[in-house]
Amino acid sequence: MALLQLERISAQYPGATEPVLADISLTLGPKQLLVALGPSGSGKTSLLNLIAGFVEPSAGQITLDGTPVKGPGAERGVVFQDDALLPWQDVLANVGFGLELAGVAKQTREARAREMLALVDLAGFEQRRVWQLSGGQKQRVGLARALAADPRVLLMDEPFGALDAFTREQMQELLLQVWQRTAKPVFLITHDIEEAVFLATDLILLAPDPGQIVERLSLDFGQRYGAGESARSIKSDPRFIETREHVLAKVFSQRSATRPQERA
Amino acid sequence: MSSYEIPAVVRDATSKPTASGLKAHLSTRWISGLTLIALLAIWWAVTASGLIEPLFLPSPSAVLEKGWLLATRGYMDSTLWQHLAASLERIGLGLLFAVLTAVPVGIAIGANRIARGVLDPLIEFYRPIPPLAYLPLIVIWCGIGELSKVLLIYLAIFAPIAIATATGVRTVDRAKLRAAQSLGATRAQLIRHVIVPSALPDILTGIRIGLGVGWSTLVAAELIAATSGLGFMVQSAAQFLVTDVVVLGILVIALIAFAMEMGLRALQRKLVPWHGQPH
Repeated sequence: MALLQLERISAQYPGATEPVLADISLTLGPKQLLVALGPSGSGKTSLLNLIAGFVEPSAGQITLDGTPVKGPGAERGVVFQDDALLPWQDVLANVGFGLELAGVAKQTREARAREMLALVDLAGFEQRRVWQLSGGQKQRVGLARALAADPRVLLMDEPFGALDAFTREQMQELLLQVWQRTAKPVFLITHDIEEAVFLATDLILLAPDPGQIVERLSLDFGQRYGAGESARSIKSDPRFIETREHVLAKVFSQRSATRPQERA
Repeated sequence: MSSYEIPAVVRDATSKPTASGLKAHLSTRWISGLTLIALLAIWWAVTASGLIEPLFLPSPSAVLEKGWLLATRGYMDSTLWQHLAASLERIGLGLLFAVLTAVPVGIAIGANRIARGVLDPLIEFYRPIPPLAYLPLIVIWCGIGELSKVLLIYLAIFAPIAIATATGVRTVDRAKLRAAQSLGATRAQLIRHVIVPSALPDILTGIRIGLGVGWSTLVAAELIAATSGLGFMVQSAAQFLVTDVVVLGILVIALIAFAMEMGLRALQRKLVPWHGQPH
């Protein structure tokens, strides 16, 4: 049973002749971590913006629990690439911001915010200012903020794209832990193939001109991490490497098929 | 991993720029201080040597003495403090009304297409006119009382604040707006929780610029039509060639402007500590 459903979605920017996304159908169910992987220009950010309600599709329908999506809303939490935290508030207030908007009493929302900060391993950072945090810490606050509002689904827009390789590895593991504990369905976009293969229960590969789904895979590496296997052991497993190379080959074959002039 | 060496390297790298930065900071202050002292010395030298007659430039000590006299006994029926208070009251009222109206107008211009269409040309039309050019019209309409002076300052301060606010609103980070929207923010909540705090650094910059413009406008307005105020004091002293009062008045005007600028900078640091931080 699908929670989030996209039916034959197309999207086009005003004034543009070519659509950025053509005929995208996908579903996101409970316990799924759906990763959209694609190179720049494949429309993955547009796809997330459509689901978040920041832009409207030119054709097709998006439904959440059977209700059509219209505009942004608190039932679809978003984690942004560049954190988008509010620097005039401390960390605790940032995490509780969604609850404040919803009119939740201060004590309740602070308790909830503390709980979420503990979930992302940031207990003790409540009174810090946003600019005193590292990139990885900011992304954790962003994640805690989205979770505090208790959304139905969590949308993540290249959340680790701006982080260094070491921090990114830690954040991937943290995300898997949080995802398992909260059981929120996650839709995440990335251009990092290893990240996509490691995290996804379901992976869709997007190709550009126009953005379309060229491959769908069901994977279990994230579940293996959840079962206790270490991230390094999973990522060096021949089956993991094989999957990664398969996806990589697919990306390149799509590129050369759609844009032969770029091969030389 | 050579974990023993890294902290040493890091400490070296961070401590060096801090030390030289501090040194540069001090020496700049020193240069400014020395310049001021040199100017005072030249002033004292040319007056003490009799190179310039006291009628044209009284000595620093004569100006100080006059300052004491003005503060205790007064000039033109009012003490220096009363003149100062009259000027400060006018600029305070003008500033208060300007902030209360220009900030909402700026938000409207920045956030609403229709408001921008209506208000933007109006502000851009009157803004380039020197306030003293429309002072005569204001005097015809409102007389030479307090109202016309406060109105003039108000108009002078209004435009920079409204324009700076609108700019601040228009340059709000879209990711922050989207983040708030995806947390369920309504339009009013967006303005209150995201747009206004985001625009606050620009609003404060607008107030700084406005206050500078307003202060010069006020003094100029008092030169033309007033019976009190620092501008009036300078102007009437000039008519009787009381040069020491003129010099003193100019110094007080400069000191007040400097103090207001410093005060607003301090306020900016206190209210928007995140401004200029990489966040």
